[in-house]
Amino acid sequence: MTTLKYESWKVAWAFFATCMLLLSLQIIYGFIMGFAHMGFDGLHEWIPFNAARATHTNLLVVWLLAGFMGSAYVIIPEETEHELWSIPLAWVQWASLVLVGVVSIIGFHMNWWEGRKFLEIPRPLDYLVVVNVLAFLLNIGMTILKGKRYTTTSLTLLAGLLAAALLYLPGMITFDSQVMDSYFRWWVVHLWVEGVWELIMGAILSYLLIKLSGVDREVIEKWLYVIVGLTFLSGILGTGHHYYWIGAPEYWLMVGGFFSALEPLAFLGMALYTVAMARRGGRRHENRIALTWSVGCGIMSFVGAGFLGFAHTLPQVNIWTHGTLVTAMHGHLAFWGAYAMLIFGMIAYILPEMTGRKLYDHWASEWGFWLSNIGMVSMTGAFAVAGVTQVYLERRVGMDFLAVQEAVAVHFLGLVLAASLFTLGIGLLIWVFIKHGHPLRMAVAHRPSPSTAPAPAK
Amino acid sequence: MLSKSQAKLFFFIATVGFSGVFLFLTVDTIRQVPARSNQDAMTASVVHGKELWDSNNCMGCHTILGEGAYYAPELTRVVERRGEAWIRTFIKDPQAMYPGKRKMVQYDFSEEEITDIINFLDWVGKIDTNGFPRDPDMAPATSGAIAAVDLSHAPPIYGQICSSCHSLGGQGGAVGPALDGVGKRFDRVALRAWLADPQAVKPGTAMPKLNLAPAELDALTTFLLAQ
Repeated sequence: MTTLKYESWKVAWAFFATCMLLLSLQIIYGFIMGFAHMGFDGLHEWIPFNAARATHTNLLVVWLLAGFMGSAYVIIPEETEHELWSIPLAWVQWASLVLVGVVSIIGFHMNWWEGRKFLEIPRPLDYLVVVNVLAFLLNIGMTILKGKRYTTTSLTLLAGLLAAALLYLPGMITFDSQVMDSYFRWWVVHLWVEGVWELIMGAILSYLLIKLSGVDREVIEKWLYVIVGLTFLSGILGTGHHYYWIGAPEYWLMVGGFFSALEPLAFLGMALYTVAMARRGGRRHENRIALTWSVGCGIMSFVGAGFLGFAHTLPQVNIWTHGTLVTAMHGHLAFWGAYAMLIFGMIAYILPEMTGRKLYDHWASEWGFWLSNIGMVSMTGAFAVAGVTQVYLERRVGMDFLAVQEAVAVHFLGLVLAASLFTLGIGLLIWVFIKHGHPLRMAVAHRPSPSTAPAPAK
Repeated sequence: MLSKSQAKLFFFIATVGFSGVFLFLTVDTIRQVPARSNQDAMTASVVHGKELWDSNNCMGCHTILGEGAYYAPELTRVVERRGEAWIRTFIKDPQAMYPGKRKMVQYDFSEEEITDIINFLDWVGKIDTNGFPRDPDMAPATSGAIAAVDLSHAPPIYGQICSSCHSLGGQGGAVGPALDGVGKRFDRVALRAWLADPQAVKPGTAMPKLNLAPAELDALTTFLLAQ
């Protein structure tokens, strides 16, 4: 019988299972909104659009964070060759994250929220998030400290997670002015997704490439520094592309325009890096599907976050597209490519390692990858057509908002059809997830306790 | 070829250097925002309006300063575009204004709360946004063939509500039909019955019931019959 390598991986599995559950719910709320855009808003009395929207985006944030935390609970023990500092604390931390998610979502349906885009979680729960993240950081920080070795990958991951936690705080300051409120809200949202989350992404991708390609760690980690360096070079001042029209000074048009135009470079670097490392890999790891997810993540993050972000980041374009469905086009492929695919890659790699059930050649693993990707690319196309039409008719020709919405409603039929394909793919991936078995019931391999290692032979 | 320590150095310089520039620009932005956003005009009513805006998650459907969701109209300059009276009528019963169309939640705000929301939106509309939202640059030019109409005799309700959707002499909205020559198409009784309750005359029409006082109804009917 296969045994689990680390007890800590049980917690990681619970985080990944939570991801699958929350993603399923996120998709349901996406459908509610897609149908509402077509005029089928029969749920309006119980789930008005703003509740569906807040639920959809916050579920995304929570499941991606759960995925990052699950990944950290896989990687940190493996990189430091040490169990987590406190496994019970990790379980408490998992439970409190689920609690925040559940209470927030119920709250949204009862008109209890902060009403600030992406940060709708009500204030009292924000404090719970802070405690939760502190417990998480304490746990992985102590593990690294007690571990046998420090690697660039684990330190980059820790730095990314620590910075993400610190950057949550500006979002908790209360401002009376809409301008300052918006200014510091982007410190969280932008500097997360176009800054420190990319640090986390780089670290997780590096871990996967080290494991899957067999390329020398020193080479992979050297390029990791270059890519995260490029990320911050462009991403920090790239925050300025959110400051064009909110009442901030005019120089943000130049600063934000220039540096955010460089942001695709970091993503291009990430894409080239995954392709090059996968090619160089002399050792062909048999888990091809995990490598496909890793390379796919690098490429789709460039297309979604890099290229489609660039498409509307320059001020002369953005003055027309700002606040239209064009943003939804970019947002969907960016989050899918950069972060959702990363977590699916991690899951595809680690589940067979955990349970020993090698389902990477299973038809559902492969069809799940392709259907979800084809579905998401098509959804992005539907948003693009609707968004560009909206920009011209409403913003440039001056047609009435609702008349334009009726004109583009047909593209939401396309969106819902594409989303059905996507959902089918995700359904297959969840099925494979379940088929891999349940690590919670598995025995853990006996390993010498690091504090007494090397254990004397008996 | 680049070594690992050089790569590390590049990472630290890029991160620390650009964080420094970002913090410097943030300090300058904080210094400039009060003047650019008329912070002196940010009364208690405006602040309370923002609280209502946030606590009801209006951004979950609308955008303001272009930020929010894309299900409902952009509201940065809505007070300038629609006027206070229209917004007040709309918020009290959104579905009456757009029957059978996309729905807004019916919030039971008090008159004071509606005033606070309008004051908040009015304050937002006066922020220096570097030109956002820009006026449409491809709008068809108004035909010069239509004679200008003297609106000085129009009852106030016409400019506050009706002209948002209808036009006279090429001036006004394009949602409903133009009202030029409307007096030749209807008589007083039919026009008054229509204005009092459009749904009763033509079920399913997009024309909202406005709950006008009898005196307002009479004045509006008289004005329209003269067109």
